Amino acid sequence: MTTSDMAMFPESDLRGDVLRQFNRRKLVAFGVPALILVYFAYVFVSFDVAGIASRARLDNAAILISDFWSHKTHVTRDNRNNEVTVAIEGENKGRYPEGMLPDWVTMDDGVTRIDLDKGHVVVFDADGARYTFPGYGVINIAPVAGKLVLDLPDDTVPDWINASNTRISVTTEQGRFSYTRNRTEVFKYQAGWELFFFTLDSPFFGKSFFELVSLATVGERIYPNQTNIAAMVHDFWTNAMWRHGDVAWALFETVLMAFLGTMGAAIIALPLAFFAAANFSPSQPLLFLLRRFFDFLRGVDGLIWTIILSRAFGPGPLTGALAILFTDTGTFGKTFSEALENIDNKQVEGVQSTGASRIQQARFGVIPQVTPVFLSQVLYYLESNTRSATVIGAIVGGGIGLLLTQAISTQKDWEEVSYYIVLIILMVMAMDTLSGWLRSRLIGRTGQS
Amino acid sequence: MSDTATHPGTAAASIAIRDNYLAMARQKQMYGGIILVIFISMMASGFYLADSRNAGGFWNGISNIFQFPSEVLSEGIEKAANLPGLLVEFLPSLVETLNIAAVSTLVGAVVAVVLALLSTRGLARWPRLIPVFRRMMDGMRAIPEIVIALVLIFILGGGPVPAMIAIAFHTAGALGKLFSEVAENTDLKPVEGLSSVGASWTQKMWLGVIPQVAPNWLSYALLRFEINIRASAILGFVGSGGIGHDLRLAMQWGQGKYDQVVAIFILLFLTIVFFDQLSSRYRNRLVKGH
Repeated sequence: MTTSDMAMFPESDLRGDVLRQFNRRKLVAFGVPALILVYFAYVFVSFDVAGIASRARLDNAAILISDFWSHKTHVTRDNRNNEVTVAIEGENKGRYPEGMLPDWVTMDDGVTRIDLDKGHVVVFDADGARYTFPGYGVINIAPVAGKLVLDLPDDTVPDWINASNTRISVTTEQGRFSYTRNRTEVFKYQAGWELFFFTLDSPFFGKSFFELVSLATVGERIYPNQTNIAAMVHDFWTNAMWRHGDVAWALFETVLMAFLGTMGAAIIALPLAFFAAANFSPSQPLLFLLRRFFDFLRGVDGLIWTIILSRAFGPGPLTGALAILFTDTGTFGKTFSEALENIDNKQVEGVQSTGASRIQQARFGVIPQVTPVFLSQVLYYLESNTRSATVIGAIVGGGIGLLLTQAISTQKDWEEVSYYIVLIILMVMAMDTLSGWLRSRLIGRTGQS
Repeated sequence: MSDTATHPGTAAASIAIRDNYLAMARQKQMYGGIILVIFISMMASGFYLADSRNAGGFWNGISNIFQFPSEVLSEGIEKAANLPGLLVEFLPSLVETLNIAAVSTLVGAVVAVVLALLSTRGLARWPRLIPVFRRMMDGMRAIPEIVIALVLIFILGGGPVPAMIAIAFHTAGALGKLFSEVAENTDLKPVEGLSSVGASWTQKMWLGVIPQVAPNWLSYALLRFEINIRASAILGFVGSGGIGHDLRLAMQWGQGKYDQVVAIFILLFLTIVFFDQLSSRYRNRLVKGH
């Protein structure tokens, strides 16, 4: 058999070749995944992924998730002067003014009663504080001679109560309660982002949607010199808790950075690209120099440009715009000149045959061919730079990126963080839609889903 | 000429056509002019607005744009003897930055392959769920890396892992869309052949689709790797991990550690240029075959 086969194909060992190829492919098919696995194993060790499990703060995650959809109200008694304050998120700007309390807090005669729902009630009075837990009993705390004395319905202390001589805390599904020498505090958790529309000092706080509509349309003026709707917009816009006005400005700044940076880069790169394209450049050294210049702009990278420029221009949106402009001039210069090199010369020759000058040849022979390529590039970068502008804003100190990093670094305003995240995603999606729409209007449809 | 004389009707028609054409050309020019004016006024007003909201003005800034680089450079030159040592010192963080980029590209690409196949018409395992997977990819692309990274740093603590997850997440969405666009143009005959012998969906994809699209997918993944190196450096600066973090520490110290800044700038620049050239060479080879 083999000898006859060999006789038929004396020059080439076909079977052997095919088998060798098969073996090689088998080796690749197993070798590449094996290499990747080995690499993952190395990274697993070098990133200390195992250590993360011990370092991970799941309690932080819990705080974060609960803050994403709920808010907490602090009811605090200063145990030295018995003054009780009720404040949303414990912040000064969320503090209920005198004579105005949420309906689950009642105060009279120095006795504060806090209703945590489902039968859980906390009472602050002159003797100390009591937490009534339905099905368990009353947890009584009283300061005696500078120490805290805990009185429970049975002898063992359950694990949701943490007690020492100086601090007692109770954590239940309905809220958290803590008692120290200096203060007694209750946190009540409620769904929603409180004070999102109006803060407590606004006359529109706590009104239902229909009440607001009627106030805005037919209701009496609350401020004599201002229509109600203007007052509402003003109160919403200057909301001290959520700062809607500042946030809107920050979003606008971010988009502005992306717009100025991208368009500025395109305007600068367009003429330069002609000198950097082999079929248009008047001189070889100029072409070489320009290409290296583009490589340099891209190679230095947005991060380094951002740092250098923020030293010169200070924090703000202009710095971010310039940082985007610098990097993208390099990118656009490269891609534009490549597109120019790939054009079809026939159109240019056709225009040339009518006796057009070089400028006219470029205007009528080249520009119409490359416009769609350039435009789709620019629009794609406009969208992608909106995202970059968020990060760059965090470095240069401008736009929504700054607000986001500030809110995260305080490590408590997670509801604001989630608000910003939602806004950023909406902003990016809006820019995505806008750039897709512009592309289809300007270029004609090409494969949009 | 003789034509117009003998056929007056044709002459009138051609004049009408010419007038029409000129009117349309004028209209187009006018629209172009209006768009240009709007664009220029947007650029100009945007620039002035950005300038007014910036701490330092443009004209002030442009005059001392070279001040910081020259400060850094002069200190770097002064301490040039330290430079080789510093380059070696920061090499491990550079490797970490590259590792973040590489792992997130790999993980992101694997997820992207699955998402792309599930959201491509003609290939999807569950055709009804195509819009779901598409919107999922849109969402993953829309979230900027910094958002995920900062939130994860709060939960997982510092280090490279938050940045890695953040970049991988974004990569999965971005590559998924590109992969799916490539996969839409695949030849379905191999897939049909495989279904006729009773292949499962996984086998059809693995043997019928992947071999066709692999070169284009690899080229996109390489491009993404290059982008991710930049992203990983910048996330290190804002969050933690890698050479970006070292850069921030050196910058915070300010004067006196500018030799470190120079060393990091050099490392970053060389790395980015190197991978930029490498990926464009291999992409050309993969896509154009030379």
